[in-house]
Amino acid sequence: MSAKLANRIATVVIIAMALFIVAILVGLLGYILIRGLGHVSFDFLTSVPQTIRAGGGIGPQLFNSLFLLVLTLLITVPLGVGAGIYMSEYAKANRFTDFIRLVVEVLSSFPSIVVGLFGLLVLVQFFGLGYSLFAGALALTVFNLPLMVRITEQAIRSVPKEQKEASLALGLSRWKTITSIMLPIAMPNILTGTILASGRVFGEAAALLFTAGMSSPRLDFTNWNPFSPNSPLNPFRPAETLAVHIWKINSEGLAPDAAEIAAGASAVLVIVVLLFNFTARFIGGYIHRKFTASK
Amino acid sequence: MKERVTLEHPKVNLEHPKVKPSKQHLTEEWVGKLYTWFCIIFLIITIFSMVYFVASRGSATFIKNGINVWEFITGTTWQPDAKPPILGALPFIFGSFSTSIMAALIAAPLGFCAAIFMTEIMPKYGRRYLQPVIELLAGIPSVVYGFVGLSVIVPFLRDTFPGQGLGLAAGALVLSIMILPTITTIATDALSALPGGLKEGAYALGATRWQTIYRIVLPTTFPALMTGVVLGISRAFGEALAVQMVIGNAPFLPRSLFDSTSTLTSVITLSMGNTVAGSAHNNALWSLALILMLMTFVFVFIVRWLERRTKV
Repeated sequence: MSAKLANRIATVVIIAMALFIVAILVGLLGYILIRGLGHVSFDFLTSVPQTIRAGGGIGPQLFNSLFLLVLTLLITVPLGVGAGIYMSEYAKANRFTDFIRLVVEVLSSFPSIVVGLFGLLVLVQFFGLGYSLFAGALALTVFNLPLMVRITEQAIRSVPKEQKEASLALGLSRWKTITSIMLPIAMPNILTGTILASGRVFGEAAALLFTAGMSSPRLDFTNWNPFSPNSPLNPFRPAETLAVHIWKINSEGLAPDAAEIAAGASAVLVIVVLLFNFTARFIGGYIHRKFTASK
Repeated sequence: MKERVTLEHPKVNLEHPKVKPSKQHLTEEWVGKLYTWFCIIFLIITIFSMVYFVASRGSATFIKNGINVWEFITGTTWQPDAKPPILGALPFIFGSFSTSIMAALIAAPLGFCAAIFMTEIMPKYGRRYLQPVIELLAGIPSVVYGFVGLSVIVPFLRDTFPGQGLGLAAGALVLSIMILPTITTIATDALSALPGGLKEGAYALGATRWQTIYRIVLPTTFPALMTGVVLGISRAFGEALAVQMVIGNAPFLPRSLFDSTSTLTSVITLSMGNTVAGSAHNNALWSLALILMLMTFVFVFIVRWLERRTKV
């Protein structure tokens, strides 16, 4: 076989593989949306699930997922940004820093089910939080923190050195320089990264099975007192999220329309994650244009 | 020359000027230091308590219940509720390793081709179309992969091959799509970091594009490509719900690719909620979690070793 023929065959094979990957995604999204969207209606999005009868919705699950995401971000962002700032600005090039890097790397590659088990043991049982939104949010924090640290560290590192030096030369303290000069410049990157991480948190289920629980109490959406047990805002109530719900009805769903509910819920989940993706892309592009005056 | 320069600038003190920083300045510095330190300490405490708790609960099987470690790893019978319990975890260990390695064998060629497409063949179309596709694939939640696997791949396997469709092959196929983004992203980064001179040299000698890719590009980036594959295997190894939904969950060694079996993660997912803390069954599940955790360390170690060997 001549070299030219081999070259042509290889090129065709590689292009075919690339097209195949695109086809997988199109097929996947098409399947989920076409099968699921037919089942999605306002009623489906707002009504409570049924265990045995048909016609259940995903209202509480959708609310739980969003609320849990907010709780998780409230805990993760301050911790992750702080640790990221340490890694880029305060850490010296020594063994201790290498060790922290190893810790972050190991933490980011822990299986999410192990994080969930740790949550079960420490948060649910040891600290007595029970199956609750708060325990779930802390477990997701452990799961999400390494990513936040990496995002922040890279964003802060990409701030031009001159800006930092100018601020320090004017006599500002290091911390003031970080918070009022470097963070604003790094903000677009941190924001984009956080939104992408939110998509990951929104779809996570394995870490929540044993922390936020697999059931949701009957919620009273007129009761907004966060200390009342059936208030949707109470962070210490068990909460089944959308992703956990999909898993549960697939493995032990008794309702006659379980497959349709799973399809509809999957479609909603995928649409929300896609929304996060597009928002991140849009915000990233918009701020980049604003800051760099490029078209 | 150097000496003269220093002589021309005598006694200019480039060290700290003798100005005392203001009180506000000092407070700000301390706030920053304390706050970032707190975050880092939180991270370190988290990981250490995680390792400690999983290890102490996971070792109870061997210490309290008196199960031999070797028998636990190589035994093929899993009857945790029998008296005395028979705990052989080999079916789960085999299930985890076989599905994740098969997934990598399927995903690696696809991912490498995608990376070559994006960097060498059509960079413009690659960045514009293939890159977003890969990012979207990475964003789809694992339960959705499980659901699609259950409603598309499993029926397809059931109709085409003998068996119920649930099993090793279904698990490996679902996992391969899930780890494709990891492998592709790392391969793309590695290929685009390759210095242009190497490729231009090959082209200048008259090599075709495929010869350049196959003889120059791939061998040079091999350790980096393997990093992606190992990270993919590590992700597949720890994935719980998607696999649990399509693997069938029988606690036996499978006799064929289409036979129902279990993985470490799937058995933990299914049984952890139904066991009492402190029972032999519960302890055994923690031991499986301990195996998962130890494998994570092994994967991180391999990745670090490969990264040290990366030439570019």
